[in-house]
Amino acid sequence: MSEIGSEVLVIGGGAAGMSAALPASARAKVTVVDDNPLLGGQIWRAELGKIRSPEAKLLIESLEAGKITVINNAHVFGPDSYGRLLAESPDGTIQLKYEKLVLATGARERFLPFPGWTLPNILGAGGLQAMVKGGLSIENKRVVVAGTGPLLFAVADYLKAKGAIVVCIAEQAPAATIRRFALGLWRYPTKITQGTAMRIRLRDVPYLTNSWITGCIKSSGSSNAITATISRRGKTVSLDCDYVACGFHLVPSTELASVLGCRIEKGVVVVNEYQQTSVANIYCAGEPTGIGGIEASLVEGKIAGLSATGQTDAAREHFAERDKTRRFGKALNSAFALRAELKRLAGPDTIICRCEDVEYGRLTEFPSSREAKLQTRCGMGPCQGRICGAATEFLFGWEPGTVRPPIFPVKMENL
Amino acid sequence: MITLTINGSKISVEEGTTVAAAVICSGETAFRRSVTGEARGPLCGMGICFECRVTIDGEVLKRSCNITAIDGMEVSTDE
Repeated sequence: MSEIGSEVLVIGGGAAGMSAALPASARAKVTVVDDNPLLGGQIWRAELGKIRSPEAKLLIESLEAGKITVINNAHVFGPDSYGRLLAESPDGTIQLKYEKLVLATGARERFLPFPGWTLPNILGAGGLQAMVKGGLSIENKRVVVAGTGPLLFAVADYLKAKGAIVVCIAEQAPAATIRRFALGLWRYPTKITQGTAMRIRLRDVPYLTNSWITGCIKSSGSSNAITATISRRGKTVSLDCDYVACGFHLVPSTELASVLGCRIEKGVVVVNEYQQTSVANIYCAGEPTGIGGIEASLVEGKIAGLSATGQTDAAREHFAERDKTRRFGKALNSAFALRAELKRLAGPDTIICRCEDVEYGRLTEFPSSREAKLQTRCGMGPCQGRICGAATEFLFGWEPGTVRPPIFPVKMENL
Repeated sequence: MITLTINGSKISVEEGTTVAAAVICSGETAFRRSVTGEARGPLCGMGICFECRVTIDGEVLKRSCNITAIDGMEVSTDE
């Protein structure tokens, strides 16, 4: 087991993590640990090993120019003793010692089960985008983009630029709510510019509001084609496609914060104005504190990095900007709130827990995720409830189960 | 270009390609069999869901979406 000591240890090399590491490195020895092959997180995920965003490149170059240690391909799986974390890397286990810890563990997509959602070629919206960035060819493939949130738009835009035929974007939110959200964007001019440019590039792609996916089956004939059904204003529409990209907004990744004892309320890590959690030497920035998008992640990261190294006056200078991005996050989350009809998509034999193949019909009798887990193994597979937990929370109102280390499956010899 | 073996067949992909993308490129959509025998493929694309897990160079349960393909890699799916 190798050992790396830092004054400030940052977990997550996305927007928030990099943004925290940079100002912290002016005062402290900083290490950034990330589970991907390259920095950038999900929003700046590399395309065939290359980062495209000029903003991300600048951050990465600054990180490399500083005295920051970057460890890629390392999965943090839990705490060791006090002030130490353990991570699994291709070279074995690394023990990470820290004085201050910044958690920038990001978010994942929320998936809602519908009949047929476990078929191959049905991916998350961000999931399919990530696959294409990893070299999957999407040229001339027909893609139905469905779910909710601005990510659908960004994904459709990206896939189309890569040669995909985007059949439609099915957005479950009502048109009026989205219009209200768009009107409120005047405070965020860059969002308007980005949004308008995307709308123009996607002008020939139907944007269906009040519309949601109700099921998928394998098409007869061609082996990999899918027929997706969409509910649109009370009518059912069938669409043939090669891929379905389907995501229902984002869920904060709070598992590490949870096993470290940080207070979590309503699914988000509780922080004070300095981004400090309920555990004094642990800070948290970006999506785990509430879904707010990239601007929120960048500014929260800065505040966390500054605060963790005693630069509190400098941190305060960013409070107003942070509060503005939080208002945006709130508006976003309420505009794309999930409609009740989505709770009724799954049939009795629709799989909810994909790791253990637990169907909807077997879960309805249980009062909590704990009971369901004990009786059916729901949430006990390798994803440890990361996928089904967000679904059962929405479907049944269950609180996610307690997180225990290792928070990722680890090879026996590395434990 | 990178050449790897997927289920016994050689396939060449661009440098930087993930193992998951290479598997689909080889024409395979069933990355693993679920507990009840369903064919499954990648869902989250970011190492969370474990649906894309395959065997790489003899090591089982590797999340192919988070691993970059390298020359000479041996991958097998559908286990």
